[in-house]
Amino acid sequence: MSKFGIILNGLIKENPTFVLVLGMCPTLAVTSSATNGLGMGLATTFVLIMSNLVISLIAGFIPDKVRIPSFIVVIAAFVTIVQLLMQAYLPALNDALGLFIPLIVVNCIVLGRAEAFACKNNAFDSILDGIGMGLGFTFALTLLGAIRELLGSGKVFNMTIYPEEYGTLVFVLAPGAFIVLGYLIAIVNRIRKV
Amino acid sequence: MGKKVESSFVNMVVVLFTITLIAAAAVGYVFSLTEGTIAQANAQKQADAIKNVIPVEFAETTSEKVAVGVDTVEVFYAKNGDQIVGTAVKSFTNSGFNGYISVMVGFDTKGTITGYSVLSQGETPGLGSKMVDWFTENGKGNIIGKTPGDKGISVKKDGGEIDAITAATISSRAFCDAINRAAQALGGVSAWSGATPTNEATGTENIEQVEQ
Repeated sequence: MSKFGIILNGLIKENPTFVLVLGMCPTLAVTSSATNGLGMGLATTFVLIMSNLVISLIAGFIPDKVRIPSFIVVIAAFVTIVQLLMQAYLPALNDALGLFIPLIVVNCIVLGRAEAFACKNNAFDSILDGIGMGLGFTFALTLLGAIRELLGSGKVFNMTIYPEEYGTLVFVLAPGAFIVLGYLIAIVNRIRKV
Repeated sequence: MGKKVESSFVNMVVVLFTITLIAAAAVGYVFSLTEGTIAQANAQKQADAIKNVIPVEFAETTSEKVAVGVDTVEVFYAKNGDQIVGTAVKSFTNSGFNGYISVMVGFDTKGTITGYSVLSQGETPGLGSKMVDWFTENGKGNIIGKTPGDKGISVKKDGGEIDAITAATISSRAFCDAINRAAQALGGVSAWSGATPTNEATGTENIEQVEQ
């Protein structure tokens, strides 16, 4: 697979949300607005790149039977570091996303890529895979958030498109996440098969 | 990279221990690096919130912890010299739609609300999260200028006079609960400072809260 192909793979062919259907908990929980989706996506991308890099480097030394606990320790350490750095230097972003950052630890995309890609490939390819998967996840979350925000409260990225009174409340709430995600998965898979 | 390392008891223990040790050291190092900055950012946020809810100019603040029922809230006195010009109470409630909400509430010397600032909340975006500006002067459920006193404030559905956030009555009730807890703390403070003691200065919601 070419270097560019690895990035593209995460974005479309194996999009973590629409195709692999991984990491549903944060996907459904944080996408009530486009901004939240984007922020969560970028934070996950950072953790994904760093954990992919480190795991690809240390995978050769880890005994097979303890690889999952080892990966989780690495991922959890990076998530904690991201959270501390955000609290210290980006308090505004932390206010918006603080609640969701710890969720990245249990995001199965991160562990999934560590297990399926990083531990079998070299460091550079693993970074590319992290970038691709991260961008794919960010793209999916932002799209989902934007659609829900638009239908639910008439805004996208907090800019009013139409008056809020005409919004359909259900799209902001949890059931709306399932409905929109279902349609998006259907549409994306239809396009992929063409 | 593809070959698997044999798992013997010794190498599993050694590898897992080493990884955990390095991870812990890294997290500890970043923590010590950011500890000061985080504390500073939080202190700054709190100072901004106090300034935000007390409209008059003041030179300094002193704080004290006041017990309200089983809870404790922090009360900040805004002072010019020895003269108290306003009080900010860092109040909270646990009855939000998604649990904990923290609110800084400002009162003037007569106990009238001069402003509030939501410090943290996890309410539904687009619904309960509107509390951030719903209850301000430009919002629809203005509480600025109201005096909770002994009765406390409550939403119209509960017989009060505050317009609840559309489709977010639970969040609105929780918000009133936080405001009432602040007002109660204020009552406790004036009792402590020699003014008329306000016994049982509880709205119904607060009684429920304490019993929980």
